[in-house]
Amino acid sequence: MITLVDYKAGNLTSVRKAFTYLGQESVVTDDPALVRQATAIVLPGVGHFFTTERLTSSGVREAVCEAIERGVPFLGICVGMQWLFAGSTEAPEAPGLALFEGACERFNTTLKVPHVGWNQIRRAPGSAPSRLLEGVPDDSFVYFTHSYRAPVVDGVSAVTTYGETFAAAVERDNIFGVQFHPEKSGDTGLRILKNFCDYAAKGVRDEHWDH
Amino acid sequence: MSTGITKRIIACLDVTNGRVVKGVQFVDLIDAGDPSELAHLHATSGADEIVLLDITATSDARPILIDVVRRTARQLFVPFTVGGGVRSLADASALFDAGADKISINSAAIKAPEIITEIAERFGSQAVIVAIDAKRKPWLASSAASGAAISAGGTISAEVYLAGGRVATGRDTVEWAREAESRGAGEILLTSMDCDGTRTGFDCPLTAAVAKAVNIPVIASGGAGSGDHFVEVFKAGCADAALAASIFHFGIHDVRELKAQLQREGIPMRLPC
Repeated sequence: MITLVDYKAGNLTSVRKAFTYLGQESVVTDDPALVRQATAIVLPGVGHFFTTERLTSSGVREAVCEAIERGVPFLGICVGMQWLFAGSTEAPEAPGLALFEGACERFNTTLKVPHVGWNQIRRAPGSAPSRLLEGVPDDSFVYFTHSYRAPVVDGVSAVTTYGETFAAAVERDNIFGVQFHPEKSGDTGLRILKNFCDYAAKGVRDEHWDH
Repeated sequence: MSTGITKRIIACLDVTNGRVVKGVQFVDLIDAGDPSELAHLHATSGADEIVLLDITATSDARPILIDVVRRTARQLFVPFTVGGGVRSLADASALFDAGADKISINSAAIKAPEIITEIAERFGSQAVIVAIDAKRKPWLASSAASGAAISAGGTISAEVYLAGGRVATGRDTVEWAREAESRGAGEILLTSMDCDGTRTGFDCPLTAAVAKAVNIPVIASGGAGSGDHFVEVFKAGCADAALAASIFHFGIHDVRELKAQLQREGIPMRLPC
């Protein structure tokens, strides 16, 4: 069961139907108590970084942090990935989880911003083999739509270039994030979501094993 | 230096009464098939996005067909835009719930532009496309395809129309595109009424004028008849994406073949797809 966190900042239908297509059950909630019980958490996000403040005020932030700490698989999408960094210059007053180093900044390019459309991802130089991107060749196309981007730091598993090179995906232990929208990225995106589901299912099995 | 991002080819489904139709310059509609089937066909044959427009929702003053949207969205995993008859935040919410990733607003945005901001604040600018149906001023329309239709001031003169091209507004296209951006639109879908359905090429000068006036992506629409037309609209028209309907529906062009041609002409495409 995937717990999809709804913080009223966008539309979860597309993400949910992708999991349904993959045969994965999901539940949508904004209740910290349900997030605490989750066996896998997905945080889709769109729009302004400031909307992540709702996660703090509702108590969901704390619940997510506790779950991550316990080893519950977590996947942040778009702003959900940016939230894993220290924050964003889009809303300096709203701190992120600082699980990855650095903060998100607006694209520094003469190209059009937002960055909207299909672009290619490739493994970050020197990064460990990615479980999330298993079976996804370098230069695969995925769909982006964003104006702010995360820096290429330790834990970044894939990068993309749009005027400058930025973090397309992050991965460490049970924590995953993607700047692009896997639910809108055709077969490549479905493969990535399936990899997360497979990892999450394995996590639950291991937990039972321990007991 | 390559920007990395590809130009997008968008397949459009003009829907009325639950069926895909195609007309010439917005009238004389003929049946082209089932929306859900066609959406999947286009997505699997390489279209980068799907747009579904309920072209008579506004003129019939009725809500868009939610069940058609839900059925079409169910197994579609490329960006999916829905438009036609979106009048309120509630209309937009219902479409997002049904599986739309973006909504396209046209008439309602002109009548009450604050709806752009309202939807963008709730769902993000990336989810809001402002569609503009533009028609050159009569004394310039004949030269739309020639690229000569520049007014004395050096700007393109085209008027915005509403309700599927039925009502003139007196608003200037470039000026309205700028306002839509400032109010929170994430993309502009620009349809040339002069070129629509003619298969004689996009209105490249008008597309370029809008693309240069705003910093958000501009989707060119109306007039696609050959691969060369797409090359022109990406090069001379400075479009970020190009949308077409009939040439895909009737199999005149395979999307993948079209994209291969564009790639050969130096236009970055999502290939293989």
